[in-house]
Amino acid sequence: MTDPSQTPSPPPAIEARGLTCGYDGLAILRDVSFSVRAAELFFVIGGSGCGKSTLLRHLIGLNTPMAGEVLFNGLPFEDKSEAARRNLLKTFGVLFQSGALWSSLTLRENVALPLELHTRLSRRERDELAALKLGQVGLQGFEDYYPAEISGGMKKRAGLARALALDPAIVFFDEPSAGLDPITSRKLDELILQIRDTFGTTCVVVSHELASIFDIADRIILLDHEARGIVAEGDPRVLARESEDPRVREFLRRQAP
Amino acid sequence: MIGPSASRPASASLRPLGDRLELVLGGEWRITGEPPRWTPPAVASKPSALVCRLDDAIFWDSSLVFYLTTARTWCDGQKILFVSDALPANLIALLAQLDRAVATPRKERAIGMVSLVGIGAQDLVQQFTGISHFVGECSISIVRLARHPRRFRWKDCLNEMQQCGAMALPIVSLVSFLVGVTLAYTAAIILRLFGGDIWIADLIGLSVTREMAAVMTGVVLAGRTGAAYAAQLGNMKANEEIDALSTLGVAPVDFLVIPRMLALALMTPLLALYANLLGILGGMVIALSILSIPPTAYWVELVSAVDFSDVTTGLIKASCFGMIIGMSGCLRGLQADRSAAGVGKAATSAVVTALILMVVADALFAVIFNILGW
Repeated sequence: MTDPSQTPSPPPAIEARGLTCGYDGLAILRDVSFSVRAAELFFVIGGSGCGKSTLLRHLIGLNTPMAGEVLFNGLPFEDKSEAARRNLLKTFGVLFQSGALWSSLTLRENVALPLELHTRLSRRERDELAALKLGQVGLQGFEDYYPAEISGGMKKRAGLARALALDPAIVFFDEPSAGLDPITSRKLDELILQIRDTFGTTCVVVSHELASIFDIADRIILLDHEARGIVAEGDPRVLARESEDPRVREFLRRQAP
Repeated sequence: MIGPSASRPASASLRPLGDRLELVLGGEWRITGEPPRWTPPAVASKPSALVCRLDDAIFWDSSLVFYLTTARTWCDGQKILFVSDALPANLIALLAQLDRAVATPRKERAIGMVSLVGIGAQDLVQQFTGISHFVGECSISIVRLARHPRRFRWKDCLNEMQQCGAMALPIVSLVSFLVGVTLAYTAAIILRLFGGDIWIADLIGLSVTREMAAVMTGVVLAGRTGAAYAAQLGNMKANEEIDALSTLGVAPVDFLVIPRMLALALMTPLLALYANLLGILGGMVIALSILSIPPTAYWVELVSAVDFSDVTTGLIKASCFGMIIGMSGCLRGLQADRSAAGVGKAATSAVVTALILMVVADALFAVIFNILGW
């Protein structure tokens, strides 16, 4: 019999090891290391220009790190073959800041396109699944609308429906609350929570919305522009209460340094 | 996703359970993989119910929801009770959600034939009023800027003149030279039959100066500059830059349209003049090579056929075409939808509008010049 205490714990869903990110040889973040557990609601927070979105772009493979590596379920992203990378990318969903919906396609077509590319579902099934996903984000009945015909909040939700189309294990959110009113923003937070609770999805959220951070985040990392890296990591509520670091207090408690 | 991740394939097994059938689902159900499809069981007697149960080690996503929906539809058709009590609550909720999503009627988007005709007619009227309104706005703006010339964006205008004029020289050179070559080559074959070789100079001179130089320059600029203006202004509209101008109390037409229109109105005749020379040169090359007409003879004949009014009519047309191209590009850019597709449509629409209006204007000029005897 196997001793349960000897059973190795599963690797983190995402692990960044010594990641240096930047553009054109200019490092914006240096030697960043952190890990995200499966089904965790993990927030990357920090002031404007601290490198949150840059880190996200490196995590999802849009940019290659200058140094270090990103591992998904213990396997490195960069070393994979093209086919393996494609398979891995199928397990990601990304909600971009603007929604990034394809403007020439209806909402149904936007959601159904990943299904068309990566599954063997029939057209009827793809349409039904697209309707289900749009229904999950509260856009039932808007399947035949074009992105230009809906509001900013609806675009975000439609973008989320598309990100969820392939039932990804990990969903990345780039500033989901940006440009939304507090009510829409709260509803989106509830939706993120619901997705995590229903599907056990690992959620990585880039944000600087304090309300969202305190409402739904399990754990955060706080990035700092001057430190070019992580200055705090943990439960945001605990950090806000107990941290003595002026940068953490300034950000989470809105206190002057 | 739900439950511990398993590395075994998705499975669905049916087994008898008294007078009922038990459906046990297990393995890894992934929508991106190849999950099983529902196949009706081959049993001698019809079961009273289908009882669904998940294996402990199952991993599932939307593919399982689809599978169960198909199974339930089959049960409903066969009048067999579908028992889902043993399924987890979130899976039952998703089954209900899929039912609702499929049952919800789409928001009515279909348009009938009569409505289509109505919309088409309305669109036509809007197009016409849009152009009229824009021409009016431009006229008012020109008067306003003539009264207050310091408000005019001379720097922008000079920059646009460089962009639409000097930068267009290579493509205008190529197109005009080749138009001259093509015209001369076609004419040479016919003229030789009648022994009127030398009249090639008359034909090239008149057709290039009166028509072809202005029209071909206009076509090149409509594609090159008109589309660029529409894309520029369309992007500016999408980025709310035009709204920002309006909030500053600056008329977008004063700031963006008039400098571009003036640049094109000034540069198009200059380019057309240049196109005249290149077209005539193209004809000269063919006259020399095919009909063995020396350049001096070609030139003397051409000068005797073409007078000053022929050149000026071409240049007047070119200036008008320039204004039309600038106006079409700016109008379509300002009318663009605030999206990437909208910008693309605006660029296409700008070229089409400019070409149609140029042809209409060319026809009007032909009538007017005929009446004036030019």
